[in-house]
Amino acid sequence: MTPTEVTSGPVDSQILTVDGVSVRLGGRQILDEVRFSIGPGELVGLIGANGAGKTTLLRVILGLQATSGGRVLVNGTPVSAGRRGLIGYVPQKIQLDPDIPVRARDLVGLGLDGNRLGIPLPSRRRRLLVEEMIDAVDARAFANQRVGNLSGGEQQRIMIAHALISQPRLLLLDEPLANLDIRASNEVIALLARITTEQQVSVLISAHEMNPLLPVMDRVVYLAGGRAASGTTDEVIREDVLSKLYGYHIDVLNVHGRLLVIGHADDRFEILVGDESAAAPGHAGHSDSAAVQK
Amino acid sequence: MFAPFMVNAWISASIVAVIAGVVGFFVVLRGAAFVADAVPQGAFAGAAGASLLGINTLIGLAVFALAGSLGIGWLSRRGRRDVATALILVMMLGLGALFLSFTVEYSSEIFSLLFGEVLGVSTNEILPIALLGIACILAIGVLYRPLLLSSLAPESAAARGIRLGWLEVAFLVIVGVAASMTLPVVGALLIFSLMIGPPAAARSLTSNPALAIGLSVVLALATVWIAIAAAFETNWPIGFFVGVGGGVCYAIGRVIAAVRGSRTRRAPAITIAAAAE
Repeated sequence: MTPTEVTSGPVDSQILTVDGVSVRLGGRQILDEVRFSIGPGELVGLIGANGAGKTTLLRVILGLQATSGGRVLVNGTPVSAGRRGLIGYVPQKIQLDPDIPVRARDLVGLGLDGNRLGIPLPSRRRRLLVEEMIDAVDARAFANQRVGNLSGGEQQRIMIAHALISQPRLLLLDEPLANLDIRASNEVIALLARITTEQQVSVLISAHEMNPLLPVMDRVVYLAGGRAASGTTDEVIREDVLSKLYGYHIDVLNVHGRLLVIGHADDRFEILVGDESAAAPGHAGHSDSAAVQK
Repeated sequence: MFAPFMVNAWISASIVAVIAGVVGFFVVLRGAAFVADAVPQGAFAGAAGASLLGINTLIGLAVFALAGSLGIGWLSRRGRRDVATALILVMMLGLGALFLSFTVEYSSEIFSLLFGEVLGVSTNEILPIALLGIACILAIGVLYRPLLLSSLAPESAAARGIRLGWLEVAFLVIVGVAASMTLPVVGALLIFSLMIGPPAAARSLTSNPALAIGLSVVLALATVWIAIAAAFETNWPIGFFVGVGGGVCYAIGRVIAAVRGSRTRRAPAITIAAAAE
């Protein structure tokens, strides 16, 4: 049950195919037959309010979350422990204690072999790969600093390098722009747009705010109520498509190029996606913020 | 101080320091200090029980340390680790109280298990301590990268196929065994200080994780060597010097970090955790 289904090619040429994935957790339907695909070198935004199921969907793709239906193909094969090298993952939170004696470059190196057993032996190849990756994310200036002393944007760049150093085909980022100021956010977006081509990787970015991503997104996967609509921004961020997805009337406003998704229900309207304050830290979800009596 | 009867003391204390320095690095990194404190204290009850049955106290220690670590690992899969640790600790201490009530004689042996009796380590105790110590250090070496990665970015580690639950249980077993095997030397109450002080100080002195482990070993060795020498000269209990030494290590590390921190850039604290789904 997807309102729109736009794929950019046959299934076997897709890097990621999410095919009718459903997840039930504790009697709640978190994901309901979610269906979309990502082609080579595409940068796709996974957009939805907090609680829409973005993290759950990313965990399904990583093979960490069991599904109650559907399947996920990465590079044409089902996800399993052995295929995880194809996916790089930037989680939403990392340990930030400045006391931890781990430098940015150590974290990048752990992206290459952090799951291996034994002590890392000094190797020229490993060192070169780490150096190359540090340059690729413009992290040379703070590569020898402790991870816990880096700013949010710097940490995101290091985690991106950490995820990319094993040369995955698909890069998943969970809310990489959350809690970044506008400048840091723009730097991370520009970096992601650049590495998509440089590293020949497909990118799926989850975000509760799509406007910063509009200039770089090839396509959008919009999650609401566990269901997804996918396609280009013009195809998906429309009143008819989103109204069908949400199950009630949705207005899409274009304010000087900024898209606001506004829901109408019970005589109230609220900005669902598009207002940064709607997802500011401290607000648990969209429903308790930006709600205005009509 | 280097007389033949002191040889065992120097050897056993050095082994203990190396184990504590290596394992302690990850104890501090993973916030497992309470486990490192509770398991040897609980294992002390195992020693009391073994002594009651007339078998080698090391066996009692090992059984209780293993059972305690596995119990904490198993209970904390579905709950908070500190609560699980406390429950296991009080259960084992309860058993210890029972075992002690059945016994009358060797209060000095019990005392030495609590506070350590480095001068009383016999030659046939050194080999098991050394073997188990080597096993613990090898295990840490094997798990080095997964332990480091999962301490920093657990979700990233899980995405790479690292089984976090099993890794945690394996780590707790290493901590339990390491802490309890060193118990006859420095005592149940004080091994903790050797596992926390030197690694915590080493963290302040370097940002390189491998170097921090090395420094942690060096500081732990320095602490026990100074403690033995001081105990020999003053006739005060070695536990006093080890305990204070651990604290002094940490204090020196913090001072150095504070001095350095005031000179270099310190980014404002930020949280990325807020907008979790």
